[in-house]
Amino acid sequence: MSENLVNPENLVYKKTDAMTDRVLHYCPGCGHGTAHRILAEVIDELQIQDQTIGVAPVGCSVLAYYYFNVDMQEAAHGRAPAVATGIKRVFPEKYVFTYQGDGDLAAIGTAETIHACNRGENILVVFINNGIYGMTGGQMAPTTLEGMKSSTSPFGRDVKSMGSPLKITELVAQLPGTYFATRQAVHKPANVRKAKRAIKKAMEYQKHNKGTCFVEIVSNCPSNWKMTPVQSNEWMEENMFPFYPLGDIKVPEK
Amino acid sequence: MKELRLMKGNEALAEAAIRAGADAYFGYPITPQSEVIEYLMANKPEDRTGMVVLQAESEVAAINMVYGAAGCGKKAVTSSSSPGISLKQEGLSYIAGAELPCVVVNVVRGGPGLGTIQPSQSDYFQSVKGGGHGDYKLIVLAPSSVQESVDYMRLAFDLAFKYRNPVMIQSDGIIGQMMEKVELFEQQKRVEPDYEWATIGKKKDKPATFVTSLQLQAEEQEKVNLRLQKKYREVEKNEVRFEKVQCDDAEYLLTAFGSCARITRKAMEMARAKGYKVGMLRPQTLYPFPTEEFNKMAEQVKGILTVEMNAGQMVEDVKLSVCGKTKVEYFGRFGGMIPSPEEILNALEQKIIGG
Ligand SMILES: Cc1ncc(C[n+]2csc(CCOP(=O)(O)OP(=O)(O)O)c2C)c(N)n1
Ligand code: SF4
Repeated sequence: MSENLVNPENLVYKKTDAMTDRVLHYCPGCGHGTAHRILAEVIDELQIQDQTIGVAPVGCSVLAYYYFNVDMQEAAHGRAPAVATGIKRVFPEKYVFTYQGDGDLAAIGTAETIHACNRGENILVVFINNGIYGMTGGQMAPTTLEGMKSSTSPFGRDVKSMGSPLKITELVAQLPGTYFATRQAVHKPANVRKAKRAIKKAMEYQKHNKGTCFVEIVSNCPSNWKMTPVQSNEWMEENMFPFYPLGDIKVPEK
Repeated sequence: MKELRLMKGNEALAEAAIRAGADAYFGYPITPQSEVIEYLMANKPEDRTGMVVLQAESEVAAINMVYGAAGCGKKAVTSSSSPGISLKQEGLSYIAGAELPCVVVNVVRGGPGLGTIQPSQSDYFQSVKGGGHGDYKLIVLAPSSVQESVDYMRLAFDLAFKYRNPVMIQSDGIIGQMMEKVELFEQQKRVEPDYEWATIGKKKDKPATFVTSLQLQAEEQEKVNLRLQKKYREVEKNEVRFEKVQCDDAEYLLTAFGSCARITRKAMEMARAKGYKVGMLRPQTLYPFPTEEFNKMAEQVKGILTVEMNAGQMVEDVKLSVCGKTKVEYFGRFGGMIPSPEEILNALEQKIIGG
């Protein structure tokens, strides 16, 4: 019976080569794993595994280099776009991506993010926005919603004293160097397919040297939101999506 | 054929970087080292050798661009002056931790804080003891002329790749700004990297490569540290460089590095003219430090005067080296002030010869 199952004609879905066999350390129901998977599938489909260099951030996905089966560098907190710049400038023909959380990309690394986009570095930035610092235990992020509780905003984010949630994707979309900016999600099959299409487009654009491609994925953090995975996805739809609406923000001019 | 030129120290460093076959320079302007990036931008190394030059948004970004390029096995260099070097400490610690090769130039100015744009040597501790976090070492070369600036750039890349470690060229506002005759070495070929540790794209039959300074397990992180320490012991064994002047019959020893050594040498000559048997030991590598040589000299001389353009930093290493065998005193000016040979001679007479 089991032998039949592995017949090539029965194989409709398999592990992508661009991911290793290591067991992901992400919490159950976390969006990071799905985001990894679709990015890896894109690398596979474009057959660029040998030409891709990724940059991992500091955050829950700090060990992304264990999971992506491509050459990778682990950057200091927030510096991934600068590291990616260094890589891309010496290897302009390679496909270079960063994979960053909101604290990494939109707080400590804001300058690196904005200036990489402003220079139009031909890289793909995958930005996981879960509105919280996952790795360090649920502190407030630049993207934490107004009134949202976190361990450093235990009474809810008070925008008067803590600032408002930062829509960094809209911000970088203003820059001439940014070629493509979009906001996606990976909590439902339809969203996964759309997000993957966006990542694929963005990766392909690198061939044409047109500028920075920026793919935000609004995601969840069940552990630090203190919800079950299902609750967290519902909460995300009800609270995150109205403030961070899904869809393309800047598309290449025809 | 010899190629001689009259060059400013900073420009010579830039020219030497191109000729050493550097693949990339990333930097941010700051006085007194801005000529490095200005020279590079004007000279279009992109056309000469294919070397990339990019003005970063900050020193933080610049050192992380260096990290990225170095992680690809490329020869990457950055330069700055003291406040900017402070900003690079995070990146330096990561580069040392990930064991990547790179060259960093510090054209030192007076501090602390914004300090002054005048020359200083007050970043000795930062360079030699490790300005960033963690147990790591930079190999530190201290040129005392424009010629040495050129020669050390090539040496710095060689050492960086030999040990997979960041190398710092610690110049200062005097060496960086003054013009001298230099002999330039021939253009070295840029090489396509093919190191097993570098991210150059996954090879079909091999596992992917990753560059990281992270080891979550303490046992593993200790192993990394042990490997680093072993490497540093090798560096200490093989790479100590120094210059000795009139040390054979010396009864007293002066020591100084960088620009300060030139003034100290003058003081030594003045002392000799007065009949004192004075020699000079000039460390060319600040790390590894010429510990053994100082220890040997301590058996011969009645005292050592360390002359520095700071409040007394290298003097600590001199003291550690001589293990109390002879008297060690310090004299210096700081905050951008430069000692005169007369002041040094006076200090030598008071603190060492007469004292
Ligand atoms: C310089 C520095 N400051 C702080 C930290 C601690 N730190 C690690 S991850 C992190 C935040 C990560 O949050 P985010 O980028 O949103 O990623 P997530 O974990 O949510 O995926 C912080 C503050 C660090 N590693 N380095
Ligand atoms: S802490 Fe949050 S972001 Fe991190 S793995 Fe767990 S659920 Fe995902």
